[in-house]
Amino acid sequence: MTSDTLEQGATGALGGRGRRLGTGRMGDRLFGISTRGSAIVLLLIIAAIAVFLIAKAVPALKADKANFLTSQEWNPDAAEPRFGILQLAFGTLMSSLMALIIATPVAIGIALFIAFYSPRRLASGLGYVVDLLAAVPSVVYGLWGLQFFVPKMASVANFLHDDFGWIPLFGGDSVGGQSLLTAAVVLAIMILPIISSISREVFLQVPQANVEAALALGATRWEVIRMAVLPFGRSGMVSAAMLGLGRALGETIAVAMVLSTAAGISLHILRPGGNTFAANIANTFGMAGNMGRGALIASGLVLFVITLIVNMLARAIVARRKEFV
Amino acid sequence: MSTLNHQPALSGVSAGRKVKDRVVQVLVYVAFLLALIPLISVLWTVISKGLKRFDPEFFTHSMNGIGANDAGGGAYHAIIGTVEQVLLASVIAIPIGVLTAVYLVEYGRDSRLAKVVSFFVDVMTGLPSIVAGLFVLAFWLLLLGFSFSGFAGAMALSILMMPTVVRAAEEMLKLVPNDLREASFALGVPRWRTICFVVLPTAFTGIITGIMLAIARVMGETAPLLLTVFVTSAINNSPFQGPQMALPLYIFDQAGRPNDAAINRAWAAALTLIVLIMLLNLVARLIARLRKPVSR
Repeated sequence: MTSDTLEQGATGALGGRGRRLGTGRMGDRLFGISTRGSAIVLLLIIAAIAVFLIAKAVPALKADKANFLTSQEWNPDAAEPRFGILQLAFGTLMSSLMALIIATPVAIGIALFIAFYSPRRLASGLGYVVDLLAAVPSVVYGLWGLQFFVPKMASVANFLHDDFGWIPLFGGDSVGGQSLLTAAVVLAIMILPIISSISREVFLQVPQANVEAALALGATRWEVIRMAVLPFGRSGMVSAAMLGLGRALGETIAVAMVLSTAAGISLHILRPGGNTFAANIANTFGMAGNMGRGALIASGLVLFVITLIVNMLARAIVARRKEFV
Repeated sequence: MSTLNHQPALSGVSAGRKVKDRVVQVLVYVAFLLALIPLISVLWTVISKGLKRFDPEFFTHSMNGIGANDAGGGAYHAIIGTVEQVLLASVIAIPIGVLTAVYLVEYGRDSRLAKVVSFFVDVMTGLPSIVAGLFVLAFWLLLLGFSFSGFAGAMALSILMMPTVVRAAEEMLKLVPNDLREASFALGVPRWRTICFVVLPTAFTGIITGIMLAIARVMGETAPLLLTVFVTSAINNSPFQGPQMALPLYIFDQAGRPNDAAINRAWAAALTLIVLIMLLNLVARLIARLRKPVSR
């Protein structure tokens, strides 16, 4: 194969700016350009996602007769389109935050277990078992949630409602299984592996010297964790939780299947109802007309921006930590 | 398990500290067991309920002509669709992903572009799958006017695959010892040949493992396909024309029908999907384990 036969497609437009690599032969030029081109294609895709979502969202937003940010209606295909995201934003944030509250302590417990409590030899195998949770597709969680978990949660909901109904969150009438709480628990299960695997990695980076120093001072295992491990891993755990939050915010099918959507904002998390950005897109897309699709894209754009901010913050925290270590 | 008990010169660990230590230990064990409950529950229900319809008919028939409440029918069309869409997605995502990783490791190293790309690859990892679907919908279907097809779904899946492939390939390329590169350069081999015939083959098994895990990840995606592939009950072998089906879509579609025959089909499809994904995972890990140092 001569150097000239290597044609790796990609953008050829970058031409002469390539560095003089090695012998400056044609093959080197082409290969350098194609790798660089791929990297640029990747950036272009991200940019294109933002651009095209905006381009398709703007006409729908202009036609919207209601306030997009504060309205709770969703009738984009009516003669006079009226739609707003307040209810979607509430349901999305509420279910994701509840999922985070449930998942984070458990995930960190798992990470501690694998890093410090489990037998050394089993550690990687146990990590793999937890990662299996991530290998299960979300539609299977949805099916499991709908067929198996919702009926179970219905009795839990009744119990909480009967015995703790005085707590506003558990109040309201006609509680049931297809509630925000159920969706939150399913989400929590789905984000467990990501939070625990990142926390585990952070814990494994704790300098051995710190751990041994704490042990030498007579610390118990818990005290070692509290004094040496947790302070070191704090920012790592925060960013792990935020990455989990990002995952929960965008999760679609499982929520769409588990939640029985209903209009209106309600703090009664045991009542069937609520809706999220992603679930709303999945559930109403099939029936949406032209304006409806535009409205769904507009709501997807909001979801995109929210997850982008959450993910960037998480990465920024990780990056800052790297500078200190 | 306190570590100081055997030192008689010091007074032992006080009771309060011991209790705290024990309580935390129990909590940590409970956390791990808590994670096992949903895993076992999901796998058990999928296997036990999925086996009811895990029969030859399921794998050889489509849903064409099967009435709303009829038993029978199968997921042949969905399996065809999933295989074609995932293959197409791989064809798009793997070259871009691997070449980007080569750029990041071999060419970019600390350049501004490399830093920006690296950051956005991370951001892309967290992209909600439905947003990838919406993008293809807005761009390919609404703007360019193409209709629902397996290829549109494959594009959405490829967007979700790329960051995973880049990260996996990047990690593997970083592991290639610099000595190999330098030895090759010293022999006067141009850079691109060094990369193609020394660096990439050395990292090959690792990259393959990463790619297979990426494929396993996108295989179960439903949301983007819902917006781009749509659903159909008939066999459509062409990913470029007309709506197709896919296993995740099939599960979603069947699960939404209120009768036992459909629910059983959904479980069988879930079992099929999980078996496929676990097989990919398993093979990927086997390849990773079989990995041997390159010898010439």
